[in-house]
Order: sequence, then C-alpha cells, then structure tokens
Amino acid sequence: MSEYNGEIRKMMIILSKATLENVYAAFVLANGARMEGIEAEMFFTFFGLEAIHKEKLEHLHIATVGNPAMHMPTLLGGLPGMEALATHMMKKEMERIDMPDVREFLEILTASGVKLWACKLAMDMFHYKKEDLYEDVDGVITVGDFYKQGSGIGTHMLFI
Amino acid sequence: MERTISGIAVQVNEEGYLTDFKQWNSEVGKGLAEEANITMGPRHWEVIEYLQSEFKNDSPLSIRKIGKSGVVDIKEFYQLFPIAPLKTASKIAGIPKPASCI
Repeated sequence: MSEYNGEIRKMMIILSKATLENVYAAFVLANGARMEGIEAEMFFTFFGLEAIHKEKLEHLHIATVGNPAMHMPTLLGGLPGMEALATHMMKKEMERIDMPDVREFLEILTASGVKLWACKLAMDMFHYKKEDLYEDVDGVITVGDFYKQGSGIGTHMLFI
Repeated sequence: MERTISGIAVQVNEEGYLTDFKQWNSEVGKGLAEEANITMGPRHWEVIEYLQSEFKNDSPLSIRKIGKSGVVDIKEFYQLFPIAPLKTASKIAGIPKPASCI
C-alpha cells in the first residue's frame, strides 16, 4: 500500500458470464471507475463475450436457476418462460432507476474511454469473428496482452 | 467550513463542494476550475450552466443524463473535464456532489 497510498489508478475488469446481473455489475464498476477519474479496461471471455456480441447483447437474461437470491424454487425457475419473465421484470425496474440497456451502456462506456477487449481463446472456441462483435470493441487479444495493458502501479484486477 | 476562493469567502464541505449555491458566482467557478487544473472555455461554461439549471430543478444528475442533455455528449464531457467529469464539473458549478452510480 506504499505507492500512491494504495490509490486505485486503473481497473481491469474480466467478465466471464453473460447473465444480465453479472454484465450490469461489470458495466457499473467500469463506468463508476471512469466517473472517479480511474482508468478502466474490460476483458470479455467465455460467456462474457455475449455482452459484446452484436446479435446477442440485446437478448441477455438473468439467471432464475442456481440463483438463491431469486427466492424461487429451482424447479420453478427452470420452467419455460421463467427467465424471460424475470428478465422482463428486471428490465422494467432498471428503466425506472435510469439504468441504460446493454447497447446504450456499451456506448456510454466507450464514450467514457473504457477499453473493450475480446478474449482470443474464447473467440476461437465459439467460432466468433471480429465482425460479429459490437463495433467499438478495441480488439481481440490474448490474456498476456491483457496483463500487459494492466501493467503499472495502482492497477487492480477483478474477475466477474 | 469557510474558505476563500478567488478572494471570496464561501462555505464548503469537507470535500470542497460549496454548501450554499447562493454564494457561487463565475469568479468562484473560475477559482475552483483552476484548482482542478481546468482552463474554462465557452463550452465548459455551457455545461456548468446546464448542471446548475438541473440542480435548480431538483433533477438528479448522472452520466447517462449528461449524454441525453443535448448540451454535450459523454465523449466531449470527458474531454472538457477529463478527471471524474461529473464530480469535477459539479464542484466548479457550486452544486452538491452527484450521488449517482451511473
């Protein structure tokens, strides 16, 4: 904690999930960093890639199964249409508290100077091409490249 | 607590935000901008005026709202006030620190 009194200079946020609640958590943290004058970069890997996939980013769902905070029996959460219903309700609440949708949030992030990186390994695994991604994604990089991006004093990494 | 900005005595809180907007004038704004290493230009003042009018209307500010203001887009907002733009601009505008997370 000696350098800069432990001040956070840069947040490197890794998103590995595509459930709406995780995507929003990552976006709010990245945007919140920029709002405080902290640099922020995001690395989208595995299912997290869906948050920057042109055709998928508008159709992300919240998880109703395996999510105890939903207070819903697992069997009920697994019924057809349950995820869509829960997602619809959550989206309505989000609009009420002035939370942007995923596409608008990506626009806010890039306008705020957040760098968006896609994980090369996951891209290869899902057979995605750069053209499949949201237009302002900064590039497709390896985990090594991402670490290099995060070099310097006061960088923190966060895995979601 | 009381402090002097541009030769004018004002009340500020522990983070340096004015506690009484009525004590603000453009000289105070200029002084606060200098402390934040910002040289105020016409665009800066337009944004400050917008923030103040929203404050007078009791309308909470967020980055999303700035982007939809029609006064400035988010990219330019960050160019005008590069470090923590909403907080910095609010401080210069003499209004309270924004409480929004987005």
